[in-house]
Amino acid sequence: MELARDEEKALDGKYDEALASAYRILVAIGEATDAQKLVPVKWAHISGVNYNTIGDGGMRFLEKFSTTAKVAVKTTINPMGYDRSKPEDISPSFQERQENIASSYERMGATASFTCTPYEVFDLPQKGTAVSFAESNAAVFSNSLLGLKTNKESALSALASSVTGKTPLSDLRLEEARSPKISIETDFDFRTELDYGLLGYFAGKSVKDSCVALNSISGLDTIQAKALCAAIGTSGSCGMFTFGGKSKEKILFGKKEAQSVMDELSTADDADIITLGSPQLGMNELGLLAKLTEFKKFTKRCIVFCSRAIYNDAIKIGLASKIEKSGADFRCDSCTCLTPYVTKDKYDAVITNSVKGAYYLSKSNKVKVALKDIKTIAEEYTQ
Amino acid sequence: MIISNCRRIVGGTGEGKTLVTMQPINFLAMVNAKTGTITDSLHELHDKSLRGSVLILPYAIGSSVGAYAIYSLKEYGNAPSAVVCSKVDITTASGCALAEIPVVDLPDGTPISILKQGLKARVEADARRIVVEFS
Repeated sequence: MELARDEEKALDGKYDEALASAYRILVAIGEATDAQKLVPVKWAHISGVNYNTIGDGGMRFLEKFSTTAKVAVKTTINPMGYDRSKPEDISPSFQERQENIASSYERMGATASFTCTPYEVFDLPQKGTAVSFAESNAAVFSNSLLGLKTNKESALSALASSVTGKTPLSDLRLEEARSPKISIETDFDFRTELDYGLLGYFAGKSVKDSCVALNSISGLDTIQAKALCAAIGTSGSCGMFTFGGKSKEKILFGKKEAQSVMDELSTADDADIITLGSPQLGMNELGLLAKLTEFKKFTKRCIVFCSRAIYNDAIKIGLASKIEKSGADFRCDSCTCLTPYVTKDKYDAVITNSVKGAYYLSKSNKVKVALKDIKTIAEEYTQ
Repeated sequence: MIISNCRRIVGGTGEGKTLVTMQPINFLAMVNAKTGTITDSLHELHDKSLRGSVLILPYAIGSSVGAYAIYSLKEYGNAPSAVVCSKVDITTASGCALAEIPVVDLPDGTPISILKQGLKARVEADARRIVVEFS
């Protein structure tokens, strides 16, 4: 990869060590993806905010990195581990470490958005704009439905893009990779957002390419689209899908394939707690939840994860209080994935409609999962 | 044996015993940085330590945060000395770049199976080669 003179100097540490390490990261990724050069990005969205994901090593790195590093472009950040206004159940040591991480990002100049759905919280740039999104559901959503261009970044590549304003020109940033070579042929009666989650998980797992065509899929609503994008991003390296497309290789997704994903991820029939929100819920989903639970009460504890921005909007129009009347409990700034609110010593299993949530609850939180769609959850667990 | 014409991803030289797997690794979900071991009981390297090894894998999978897990391995002194992938991914490239762990890709068409378990090896990333069982 060719570097401009200024980039070369930064890599050699002529400015400061933090910037040099950012360029080291970009150069390694450039080599890995056969990029010829670096190009500007307009917006970086960084993952690795929740203490449960980056641990002490990550915390100490960011503390040092942020003493000199400053964001060069608009930078937003993923959910952290907990809701500062509801710290019950969260140990003081977790809170202290989480706050340390949050202040490092803020010191760099990042917006304290704590959201995994930046596309629902912030104004969107024009189609074709280059961004660097490390949150995989946001990368897939932005590439596939918003026409933005990002690779499926790592936490460190998005961080490096944030402080340099640059990214290697490769993979999904080039038109060639955005034309799928493999398609998933669907022979399935899609009814719920969970069905789309199953398809997404299957697609991400089956396709090694960066882009996949999904045939016979149309008219997705926002809830279904978020479930699909999050699941594609969870199971593999795929960072984009197209609605149909000419491709030589075809893979079938039918009842059998859907069932095999259910068998892998849905490991319980029932549980004592419900979590909704991975990705964090948006206004559409909150509206649906309010409708489904109107005049009813949850029979089990139900946590609703959403961003602070969406929660504040939901308060303004009276939506938050409607949902709270059903007994559901909001947790802002955080999310189902690697949440410290659900621990193995308190819960054996969790009910959720999120395929992505199910994956991390089982792999990282080590609890069992009952996967059900949101309508079924509302029917079975409210009265 | 010398495998030349590798792709240099992160420069430098590292040596150790080869630790070979045909299965991808999810660094966030499957590795304990504090012990340096693979914790996933379904992975063929279960309970094996990465510390000081020449780790040979197809590529990493899973969360974007896996890059931090690689960095944390280094912080705890449990990192591999060098990493060899059949097709390196962004997580491995960025994590190893920050942790300054040398990384190369095998040349196109060279199968992982060419490398056997537990041999002494040296990855010379800048020379784009892997020297196996040298003395």
